[in-house]
Amino acid sequence: MMKFARLILSLLLTALGLLAVTFLIGRVVPTDPALSVAGDRATREQLEQVRKELGLDKPLYEQFGRYVASVARGDLGDSLLTGNPVTQDIGRVFPATLELATVGILFGAGLGIPLGVWAAVRRGGWPDQLSRVLGLVGYSAPIFWLGLMGLLLFYAELGWVGGPGRINVGFLYTVPPRTGLMLVDTVLAGDADAFASAFSHIALPGALLGYFSLAYISRMTRSFMLKELSSEYVVAARAKGLSEQRIIWRHALRNAAVPLLTVVALSYAGLLEGSVLTETVFSWPGLGQYITHALQSADMNAVLGGTLVVGAVFIGINLLSDVLYRWMDPRTK
Amino acid sequence: MALALPWAGLPAQALTPRNTLVQAMAVDDLISLDPAECFEISGGEMVGNVYERLIEFDLDDPSRLRGMLAEGWTISPDGRTYDFTLRPGRKFASGRTVNAGDVAFSLQRAVRLNKTPSFILTQLGWNNANVERMVVQSGPMNLRVEVDKPYAPSFVLNCLSATVGSVVDWRLVQERGDGWLRRNSAGSGPWAVREWRAGEIVVLDRNPNYTGAKPSLERVIFSHVKESSMQRLMLLRGDVDVARNLAPQDLDALAGDRNIALTSVPKGGLYYISLNQKNPLLAKPEVREAFKWLVDYDALGATLLKGIARPHQNFLPQGLLGASNESPFKLDVSRAKALLTKAGLPDGFKITMDVRSAQPVQSMAEAFQQWAARAGIQIEILPGDGKQTLTRYRARKHDIYIGEWAADYWDPHTNADTFVSNPDNSDGASRSTLAWRNAWSIPELSRLTSAALLEPDTAKRAAAYQSLQARFRAESPFIILAQQAQVAGVRRNVRGLRLGPTSDTSFLAPVSKTS
Repeated sequence: MMKFARLILSLLLTALGLLAVTFLIGRVVPTDPALSVAGDRATREQLEQVRKELGLDKPLYEQFGRYVASVARGDLGDSLLTGNPVTQDIGRVFPATLELATVGILFGAGLGIPLGVWAAVRRGGWPDQLSRVLGLVGYSAPIFWLGLMGLLLFYAELGWVGGPGRINVGFLYTVPPRTGLMLVDTVLAGDADAFASAFSHIALPGALLGYFSLAYISRMTRSFMLKELSSEYVVAARAKGLSEQRIIWRHALRNAAVPLLTVVALSYAGLLEGSVLTETVFSWPGLGQYITHALQSADMNAVLGGTLVVGAVFIGINLLSDVLYRWMDPRTK
Repeated sequence: MALALPWAGLPAQALTPRNTLVQAMAVDDLISLDPAECFEISGGEMVGNVYERLIEFDLDDPSRLRGMLAEGWTISPDGRTYDFTLRPGRKFASGRTVNAGDVAFSLQRAVRLNKTPSFILTQLGWNNANVERMVVQSGPMNLRVEVDKPYAPSFVLNCLSATVGSVVDWRLVQERGDGWLRRNSAGSGPWAVREWRAGEIVVLDRNPNYTGAKPSLERVIFSHVKESSMQRLMLLRGDVDVARNLAPQDLDALAGDRNIALTSVPKGGLYYISLNQKNPLLAKPEVREAFKWLVDYDALGATLLKGIARPHQNFLPQGLLGASNESPFKLDVSRAKALLTKAGLPDGFKITMDVRSAQPVQSMAEAFQQWAARAGIQIEILPGDGKQTLTRYRARKHDIYIGEWAADYWDPHTNADTFVSNPDNSDGASRSTLAWRNAWSIPELSRLTSAALLEPDTAKRAAAYQSLQARFRAESPFIILAQQAQVAGVRRNVRGLRLGPTSDTSFLAPVSKTS
């Protein structure tokens, strides 16, 4: 019980610290948030009026105290830019990021793990070199450039995938928004054409994001597998005459899966933070784009709310991976 | 990635629905659709299509005015009272008939709310305390408007043609509240707002009760696409019908495509560089003039601004009353050097320049940096995002600033009032005109600007602005670089799209599509 209470306290302090740092950074940036609302043409009096409406005329500690108090009540405030409650805005943009990140991690882990295993088994051979080159490109190529090139080739030239946005505008009001996840909503609506459109729109950005995860996951898988394949239990298994496939996939990978779980979880959390550049290139209305635009416009409620969600996601996934870690490896209990 | 896509690649459904116009456009600037509050470029286009005003200007000759909701009007001999008669039978999207009470309510509301665009109306002498007395319904279809001074009639009517003068459905707004109007509409124009998802999409549906020529399309979608290159690709694939924010390189790439037509119209926006007069170096008249000879205006127009702006050296854009075509300056480094020598600065000097990290402004600043270096002036560029540079600019903390300015309404006073008016140059002044931001103290020019506002004779008024611009070119700390153009790439099956010189005059009702 004490352990649980300590965990909750630690989470609350982490969230408070996150808010405090973001709040302070937002306030020291030499940008006037009132300008975002009142605009360039506003008179001094109009700006003062807006500052008062936003509570910016209050001392910093009071502004922060009021904000934390309203967060504690579940109110993240209203966005300056959209005029909506931030919770409502995040409820709209987060599913887009969640869907993109999930497709990305499925792609990244689905291909990255086998590639990493293959590279470890054929260490020094061409699969290993391929994995190294893919990893190098994944680490070093700018995502913005890859996104544009991908669109140019697969969308504009070959026509294999849909363009920017989440679905063709023809389906704008034919699919009822139930979960905010377009693939799921189109399935629930039983509309195969709409599903195909949504799928063709997410395929490229999902694959692109997944590629960056793939680069990381495959390299880490290779490293974990090399360690496992040189273990004594593998030598013993070979001596017992087990097939190589069984040794690799049933024994070595099973043990490598424990640390790999953390790698995949952290990759997923990274994708869920919202990949700003991918969302920008693909006009994907997700959390990354929302926070970035809010930051550029000094829309602090939106920035703080978005940051809080990102922090919560990160903490949540970390916790989940810890739990799974313990479940998969009883020695850690 | 390439290995994975063929299985993922289901046929992408291109081409937009027949009954819908889909425009790729940057709409993330939009913060309100309420005409009393909306002052953004994208919002202007939506408000312009959803609402009607009393007056509009003729797109064929923007200096000519005509009634929109107003059937006619008279002006009292003292020039301070305007009596409008409304057209009968105009209807809101709600089905209610537009009457003079709606017009009075709308104008009073805009003043009372005191949002940024309200200054367009309050400069007529209206304020929270008097607007109910100055703007009154004098009959079911009659409106009486009083102004505090005998302003030029063209000025008063031009102000009423601005988006802030849009007429809202009085009853609907009373029922739903002011906040509701930020995301919805209550207009009598050809379209009505169906949905706005911030940073994603704005959807307008045909207003079934519109009393003018009905649009042939049922819906207009503004799809938020920020990147010019993305807009081009989507246009080429047929995923959008119109691309609205094309950069010069994308305009070039589309120029030869047989499926795409390019359309362009000069608009009321200017690119300019300004010199803060608080800096003693920049306050020297010779230095101000030297900078004007350190710009290759033609090269800018032919390269960085190709297709999106053309060289222009005056504060009034072409199309506005009194606009001037005079372009005395060109790149002349030796002349600039001679002026610097005369100013006691033969070896040049070092100075900073605040630059927003966005194109084409950033590239223009870099080009200017190189031209100035040829005369020995070392410019250090201080990059920042738009709000940061604007905050410094409004606080008069910059040395040199490069920016844009768009006419707020279609009257020469809008730009004269900011470029050549600075009645109070103190740091605590209420108004932040561009002349004030650059600490340009100009009591005489400010007085002449005010005088031009009261000139009832249109020809004399135009001459007054010509004269102000001549003084401006010679004396000001502003280097006007170019006048912006409104451009669009349009698929050939789209007919009737005509861009206007202001964001609220790109009317979409006449647009139709063929197969």
